[in-house]
Amino acid sequence: MTAELLIEQFLNGLQFGFMLFLMSAGLTLIFGVMGLINLAHGSLYMIGAFSAAATFAFFNSFWLSLLASFSCAAIVGIVVEKTIIRKLYNRDHLDQVLVTFALILFFSELVRWIFGAFPLYLDVPELLNGSIEVFSGIYYSKYRLFIIFVGLIIAVFLFFLIGKTNLGIQIRAGQHDREMISALGVDISKLYTLLFGIGAALAGLAGALIGTIQSVEVGMGEPILILAFVIIVIGGIGSIKGAFIASLLVGLVDTLGRFLIPWVLQTVTNPSDAMSVGSAIGSMLIYILMAIILILKPTGLYGKQLS
Amino acid sequence: MISEKNISYISLISIFFIAIFSEYFNEPYLITLLSRIIIFSIAAIGLNLVLGFGNLISFGHAAFFGLGGYVSGILAIHAFNSELLISWPFLFNGSNNSLIIWLFTIFFCSLLALLVGVFSLRTSGVYFIMITLAFAQMLYYFAISWPSYGGEDGFSIYVRSTFFGINTMKGINFFFICFFWLLIILFITSKIVNSPFGLALRATRFNLTRVRSVGINPFRIQLLAFVLSGAITGIAGSLYVDLNRFVSPSLLSWQMSGEFIVFILIGGLGRIYGPLIGAAFFVAFEQFFGSYTEHWQIFLGIIIISTVLFAKGGIIGFMLKYQKNE
Amino acid sequence: MFKIINLILSIVLLFASSAFADGHKLKVGMITTLSGGGSGLGIDVRDGFMLAVMGSKDIEVVIEDDQRKPDIAVQLADKMIQSEKVDVLTGIIWSNLAMAVVPAAVNQGKFYLSPNAGPSALAGKGCHENYFNVAWQNDNLHEAAGGHANSTGFKNTFILAPNYPAGKDALTGFKRYFKGNLAGEIYTKLGQTDYAVEIAQIRASDADSVFFFLPGGMGIGFMKQYAQSGIEIPVVGPAFSFDQGILKAVGDAALGVKNTSQWSKDLDNKANKKFVSDFQNEYGRLPSLYASQGYDTGMLLISAMAKASVNDMEAFRDALRSADFDSTRGQFRFSSNHHPIQDIYVREVIKEGDTLTNKIVSVGLQDHSNAYVDQCSM
Repeated sequence: MTAELLIEQFLNGLQFGFMLFLMSAGLTLIFGVMGLINLAHGSLYMIGAFSAAATFAFFNSFWLSLLASFSCAAIVGIVVEKTIIRKLYNRDHLDQVLVTFALILFFSELVRWIFGAFPLYLDVPELLNGSIEVFSGIYYSKYRLFIIFVGLIIAVFLFFLIGKTNLGIQIRAGQHDREMISALGVDISKLYTLLFGIGAALAGLAGALIGTIQSVEVGMGEPILILAFVIIVIGGIGSIKGAFIASLLVGLVDTLGRFLIPWVLQTVTNPSDAMSVGSAIGSMLIYILMAIILILKPTGLYGKQLS
Repeated sequence: MISEKNISYISLISIFFIAIFSEYFNEPYLITLLSRIIIFSIAAIGLNLVLGFGNLISFGHAAFFGLGGYVSGILAIHAFNSELLISWPFLFNGSNNSLIIWLFTIFFCSLLALLVGVFSLRTSGVYFIMITLAFAQMLYYFAISWPSYGGEDGFSIYVRSTFFGINTMKGINFFFICFFWLLIILFITSKIVNSPFGLALRATRFNLTRVRSVGINPFRIQLLAFVLSGAITGIAGSLYVDLNRFVSPSLLSWQMSGEFIVFILIGGLGRIYGPLIGAAFFVAFEQFFGSYTEHWQIFLGIIIISTVLFAKGGIIGFMLKYQKNE
Repeated sequence: MFKIINLILSIVLLFASSAFADGHKLKVGMITTLSGGGSGLGIDVRDGFMLAVMGSKDIEVVIEDDQRKPDIAVQLADKMIQSEKVDVLTGIIWSNLAMAVVPAAVNQGKFYLSPNAGPSALAGKGCHENYFNVAWQNDNLHEAAGGHANSTGFKNTFILAPNYPAGKDALTGFKRYFKGNLAGEIYTKLGQTDYAVEIAQIRASDADSVFFFLPGGMGIGFMKQYAQSGIEIPVVGPAFSFDQGILKAVGDAALGVKNTSQWSKDLDNKANKKFVSDFQNEYGRLPSLYASQGYDTGMLLISAMAKASVNDMEAFRDALRSADFDSTRGQFRFSSNHHPIQDIYVREVIKEGDTLTNKIVSVGLQDHSNAYVDQCSM
């Protein structure tokens, strides 16, 4: 194994981590402020990807489809928030899990009804096609670098939003004491709708960015939803910083794990067995990581201590 | 007079008689469906013990359902092929005797529940939901990539396990076995729930400090409940594999865990008979709408949402409220 | 003991069905995937099959959706056999579902015609006189890909597939025919859609070609990312990732890729031309591989009905075995374990106007049977 390969895999892990951050940031904000477990976050990811693909089919423009992805997801998010989610804020986790689970069923089948059962198509623009030399001798996909770049911008934007703006103060206040912010005269239902919309937009954007190099199909949101939950739990629920660090951690562990474990096993057994055992362990790895972290720190890396 | 008790008895009796009539009118598929309802409700009753009465939202009960299924399937297939299962400390070929299979299932599922419980119960709230899910996902991926027992393909066991010489391949006989199990489990859970232990468990969901102050260790109570719960759901997994004569990793999927929660909520949370009503409704809905449209899940989604938002307390709760209003 | 029960059961069922069945009518139970992930394949098989039997008044078809869940499939099979009293079962797409349903169904005296799945267990030791596979044995297309790699002169191939039984069979099938070296062998996670890690390994290896089996969304993701990475090493795969239903989603990344298939839209025979134009007229889209398999299954059934009544099981089985119908693939006959002996072609993805589709470039393996014939004691 060469150093070049290792560095490229490291970049892959980083890219995956940034993508996961787009998903988990919204999820953790929604949970931190509104106390809502939103399983339907994966559906918003799927809606983002499908609206991008539909736009792409009409206008054949990647940038327009990106725009469509987060705006459509935000609109759907806001509508769902105003009609259904709003009624769940004062309910217990169980009701939230159930309703948002039902929303997954609803949206998946609805999208299949509208777009049919076959996957749709999105394409990388000419500008981002191919790879580029990042260090001497190390080539990396332009599009994946673009994803890392977008992830970075969003991260900076969110940290700025929460740390420096008026809205951020309200968000932080809401995380500590929900009654206090309404006492301060903040229109709490507007704040909630806005936050949910932001979360939905980020999920939709992630859907389009990933859908472009993967497939746009019904059910694409579920695996990534589970990962996003793993992340916010590892990071500590409600903490953007925790979500950021956990995203990169999970991205790197998953990527490097499924690459390195078989390679290490090859030294003790034959390649075929090493590969199949190694990939089995690789696919369990992040769940093992999560269990270990929660056993050591029951509220995640940056979570509030339990009262 | 509609009361929770009456609804429960009526539903048990009607399931029993529908099965008898189906046998008489030669509708074996209906009997299969009824067995499925019963098995799903046993699984959900197990979950309801921790979820409904202890407010511990486990999103990983498919782990116990699946483990129960795999334990039974592995014992049965070794017995069927006369292949050695273990050679130490004694020679063991597996077994197709239901009693032995159930014993093994209870043992292994309790063990798993103990393990998962010891780690998961240190957390609470969403963290608990997610760590139980994590354990189930580990087992799921393990089962998919573990080649000895079919991996993702799963494996067939061809013939149901034997129970005191009864021909279990006959649908109605197998139904009776499931029904018998349901009665036992219902009896046990109602005893548990109303025992001092059950009261302590119910107390843990409100105020841990107060529970501690009367000298009860809430962790022990919750752990014991979790182990019981895992064992009951495991039995359901064992019966389900017998019903289908087939084992597959889909038993362990997170959607399965989600469905168990749906059964409980549709029927009525924290009610002993809730899961039975919920499972019956779910299976009937799937059969009825599934035959009209491929997109039946849209309507299922709508119904679940409306149940939670407008008919809190599930079907049983709704019926009781309706009664009151009259 | 179980065999005796089965025997008794089949005899009872035989009597029951001959007592109630009226003359020439035949009832087909189709269990296929119509909702949830992968439903595109089931819909194509159903449409192809229905197109074939459309004119025949003597066939009654009951269709049920298995949701790609093995437990549901088993229960539907019970329903079809016990309540609907069908004579023939068909439709299952996935090997794991087929393994759950087929053994029990054929042991209860039903015929099963497989329009897609062909797991090795049902071709070898688990073969059965009432089980006929009209598509292929699972290894076939991968074997042809191995053969094609030899004839193209590839010496060092990188191979990958998901870590599940069909994935392992695929790589075994490829290796059975491929004579060169392996530059690498990777099992990926089932359902994985990001292949950056694997592509980096391909780039770092000194492979001269890549073979992959990644059905459904997995293959779409792999092909797009592979094309995007700028690696120029040629790719070979089975038809599943390059078929009509999926090509649109893969996009131009698929252009020029060689893939192996027993069928192609441009196969030059009368039956195929009729099928392609009828299918387009009826459903307004181009037929896929799966649709052709569904259609051939229907045609086989009709040909057998013309020769014998399903109530005479021996005669009906012989009629099926003779495969006396005009297949969309041209030459078609059954091997002794009831799997096709057929030509497997190498296709290339091309563009016809704006539509991506396939054209045949050569014959990969001629009159190809399967590796499990000797293990079947039929």
